Amino acid sequence: MTTAQAAAAPVVRLENVVRRFSDRPALDDISLTLARGEIVGLIGRSGAGKSTLIRCLNGLDRPQAGRVVIDGTDISTLSEQALNPVRRRIGMIFQHFNLLSAKTVAQNVALPLKIAGVEKAARLRRVMELLDLVGLADKADMYPAQLSGGQKQRIGIARALAPEPLLLLSDEATSALDPETTQSILNLLGDVNRQLGLTILMITHEMEVVRQIAHRVLVLDAGRIVEEGPVARVLASPQTDTTRSLLRGLSPVLPADLAARIAPQGDQALIRVDVYGPAARRPLLAEIEAITGRPARLVHGGLNDVQGEPYGRLFLALGTGDPALVGAVTARLQPETTAIEVLGYVPSDI
Amino acid sequence: MSPQTFDFLLGWAMTRPMFDLLLRGIWETVVMTGISGALSFVIGLPLALVLVTTDRGGIFQNLWINRSLGGLVNALRSVPFIILLVAVIPLTRLIVGSAIGIAAAIVPLTLAAAPYFARVAEVSLREVDRALIDAARAMGATRATILREVLIPEALPGIVSGFTVTMVTLIGASAMAGAVGAGGLGDIAIRYGYQRFETAVMVAVVVILIVMVSIMQWAGDALARRIDHR
Repeated sequence: MTTAQAAAAPVVRLENVVRRFSDRPALDDISLTLARGEIVGLIGRSGAGKSTLIRCLNGLDRPQAGRVVIDGTDISTLSEQALNPVRRRIGMIFQHFNLLSAKTVAQNVALPLKIAGVEKAARLRRVMELLDLVGLADKADMYPAQLSGGQKQRIGIARALAPEPLLLLSDEATSALDPETTQSILNLLGDVNRQLGLTILMITHEMEVVRQIAHRVLVLDAGRIVEEGPVARVLASPQTDTTRSLLRGLSPVLPADLAARIAPQGDQALIRVDVYGPAARRPLLAEIEAITGRPARLVHGGLNDVQGEPYGRLFLALGTGDPALVGAVTARLQPETTAIEVLGYVPSDI
Repeated sequence: MSPQTFDFLLGWAMTRPMFDLLLRGIWETVVMTGISGALSFVIGLPLALVLVTTDRGGIFQNLWINRSLGGLVNALRSVPFIILLVAVIPLTRLIVGSAIGIAAAIVPLTLAAAPYFARVAEVSLREVDRALIDAARAMGATRATILREVLIPEALPGIVSGFTVTMVTLIGASAMAGAVGAGGLGDIAIRYGYQRFETAVMVAVVVILIVMVSIMQWAGDALARRIDHR
C-alpha cells in the first residue's frame, strides 16, 4: 500500500455487522465507513443500537456476524489480549465522564499513557500539554469530584487524546451538560478535529449536536441505518419518519392558530418550501412575485446553517389563490428546492 | 502518669498486681487482634477480589471457582466462633504446634475474620461502577492493570471502613479466646470479674474495651475519609 492509499484508507469499516441480544437484534446488518479526519454523527432514539455499535468499534462488544475493520485490522475475531494494542489507538469519551475518583486530574489523564507503557517523565510532559489544550492546567492536582461537569468532560477529552488516538468515540458526551457547556465541549472537539485531523464518531440523540459539529450523519433506528448523508442535506430534507421525528423542535412548524386557518379554498395559497445550499441563497420572494405579480410574504420559518451551509424551511403566503399561478410558482421553484408543498389556502388578512 | 498516681486513682478498687494483669491483658488482646487482623486482610482482600472478578460478567469470569469459594466462605461464616475455636484445634496444633496460648488463638480468629472481611470488601468492590472498568478496558488496560488502577483504588475507602468493622469484631471475638488459654482482656473479665465477683475488674475491662474500639473506629474513619475523594 502506498502512503497516499494509506491516507485514503478508511479509519473504520463495518461490513454487515450483526449483534443480537437474546432474540432482538441490536445491530442488524450495519455497514459503514469513517474516512480519516471526518466527524460523523450517529443519531438515533434510545434503544436504537447506538451504544452497541460504538462498543463494537473497540471490542467491548462483539458482533455475531460481519467484520469490524479498524485501520486495516479486522478486530471482530481478535482475542481480548490482541485487542489491547488496537484499543490504545482509540480514545473514548462518555456521557458520565467515567473518571476515576481516587485519582487526581493529572493521574486520570496519565492513565492511558501508563497503560501504553510510556515512562514517567514523558507521561508528565504529555499530561501538562493536554491539560493546557483543554484549558485546565491549573486543575492538575484536584480530584474529579471537585470539578464541574464541563470540566470533567474536558478532562475526559484530555484523557482520550493522551495516547494520540487514531479515532475518537464520543458516547453522548454532551448529553449530561447544560447548553452553554455543551457548546464549549463541541467547540473543543471541533478544534481537536481541525488541529489534529482526528476522526470523530459522535453518538447522540440530539440533532442539534450533529448540526453543530458533524460533517456527515447516520440515522440509526432499530439496529439499522435508515438514512445517511451530509448533515445539511439530511437536515433540509429528511427522508424517513425517524429522522423527521429526531428533527422535531429543530425545524420550524407552522403555529397552531395559523395552521387552523388553512382551508381547501381561500384568498391565497400557503406553501412550504424546504431549501438548502445555493437554493437558500436565492431571492425566492422576488422570484415568486415575478411570476404572480403579487408580493409574496414570509409567514413563518427561517434559515439556519450547518458548517456555513444554509438550510431552512419557509412558509410563504403567495398573495394569490389562482391555481394556475400557484401551479406556475411550484413548477418554477421545484427544481431549486429540496421540497415544496402547497399546504392549502388562507384568508388575505393573515 | 506515674504508677503511683495511677494507683492513687484506682486505689479504691485495684491493687498493683491487678493493674499489671490488666496491662498484660491489653497487650495480649492487641497482639491477637493485630496479627489475626493483618492476616485477615492479607487473606480476605484477595479472596474478595476473586469472588468479585470470577462472578458472572467479571473480568476473570469463572463460575466454578466463584461458587466453590463462595460456598467455603459461607460455610466458615456460619460456624459460631466459640464452636470454630474448638473445632479447629487439630488444625491449630498442626500450624502452631500447640492448641493453647496467643498463637493458638490467632488461627481460629483469622479463620473467622478473613471470610467476614472478604464479604465486607466484596460489597465495596461490587459498588465500583462497571462503566469505570469498561473505560479502562477501552483504553486497552490488561486485567491486572484494571485491578491495580481501577478496582482496588476505587473501592479502597469502603475496604478501609470494612476493615475497621472487621477489627472491632475481632476485638470482641478475642474475648472468647480465653477458652483456649490465650488470655487477653476477655479472659480477665470472665475469670476475675465474673467467676470471682470482682466487679471493679469487670468494669475496668469493659471501659478499656470501649476505649480500644473507639480508637479503632476513629482511626479507621479518619483514614477512610482521607482517601475518599468521591
